[in-house]
Amino acid sequence: MAYITLDNSIPGMRSLLAYRPIIAPPLLALMKVVMRSNQGLSLGERELIATYVSYLNDCTNCHTIHGEVAQCFYKDTPELISQIKENYTKNSLTPRLQSLLAIAESVQKGGKHVSEVQIKTARENNISDLEIHDTVLIASMFCFFNRYIDGLGLTSNDTKETYKERAKMIAEHGY
Amino acid sequence: MAYINLEKDVPGIRSLALFRPDTGKELYKLAQVLLRDDSPLSQGERELIATFVSSKNECTFCTQSHAAAAGYLFHNDTQMIDLVLTDYQNAPISEKLKCLLSIAGKVQQDARLVGDEDVANARKHGANDRDIHDTVLIAATFCMFNRYVDGLATMTPADPVLYGQMGARMGEFGYIAPSPTI
Repeated sequence: MAYITLDNSIPGMRSLLAYRPIIAPPLLALMKVVMRSNQGLSLGERELIATYVSYLNDCTNCHTIHGEVAQCFYKDTPELISQIKENYTKNSLTPRLQSLLAIAESVQKGGKHVSEVQIKTARENNISDLEIHDTVLIASMFCFFNRYIDGLGLTSNDTKETYKERAKMIAEHGY
Repeated sequence: MAYINLEKDVPGIRSLALFRPDTGKELYKLAQVLLRDDSPLSQGERELIATFVSSKNECTFCTQSHAAAAGYLFHNDTQMIDLVLTDYQNAPISEKLKCLLSIAGKVQQDARLVGDEDVANARKHGANDRDIHDTVLIAATFCMFNRYVDGLATMTPADPVLYGQMGARMGEFGYIAPSPTI
């Protein structure tokens, strides 16, 4: 049960947007720009960063739904999401993806944890300024979403199937 | 030096809003709604929560600028603001705000630490759903802003006079995304 009275018929974040409609336009616009931009990072990479940060924050709602969305973009590697959650440095991820996730992991701990070495490695992997920027912003945003949801004690009635259904909608149509 | 190519001499979040105006615009709108739109919490109280969380995240730019905005809104009561950051239980603020700061502190650390007891305690001291919601929302949002500003190593001015000017502007006019100077 959430700590405040919300409309239980609306799942996840949307129940919070319905509680305080005035925050919906900037948050949805931000999601649209940051998660669906086709410049730089791919849509799949954006979802992987969101999933990994949410997993580190142990926000079940977020890492499950975004993991399912990410999986929609990596159909050929059905184990990818569980591999990343387990240990992204020890599996067969590309150096590029490892570099992005390393920055995201530091952001999750705190902004000052991002190091010059991580940025240098990113550049060696041809990651651009815009891509570094978007990685830090996505990781920061999910430190926000995760806290907003868990800090208000949101629970979920979702099942594996309903998560998958919603993820498919998001992957196809966006936020 | 910032990690990406940002406009010189522009500090903190402003440099990021100029780097990517389409996200900057929405982040400023969000700050304006959270900290200036209607709420049972005063604008000053909300700035205190923002300052408190930024201080715990050790984000100097956000701490100093929001402390200055709180200072502007609390008639320069810097002693009270300093005490909120170092020992809020003994600061001259309401019991309700102390309970809300304790919730904000847990959100900063790990939002799952917030428990029924924290919420019940806040309610006992007069907090309603909106107070609790706004506190969690502001605390969570600053966990984003602080990471964004420090994660890209943006410029953090040292001069307290600059923060005083920023605080007065934030207190007087609210949050308006910077426009590029050409």
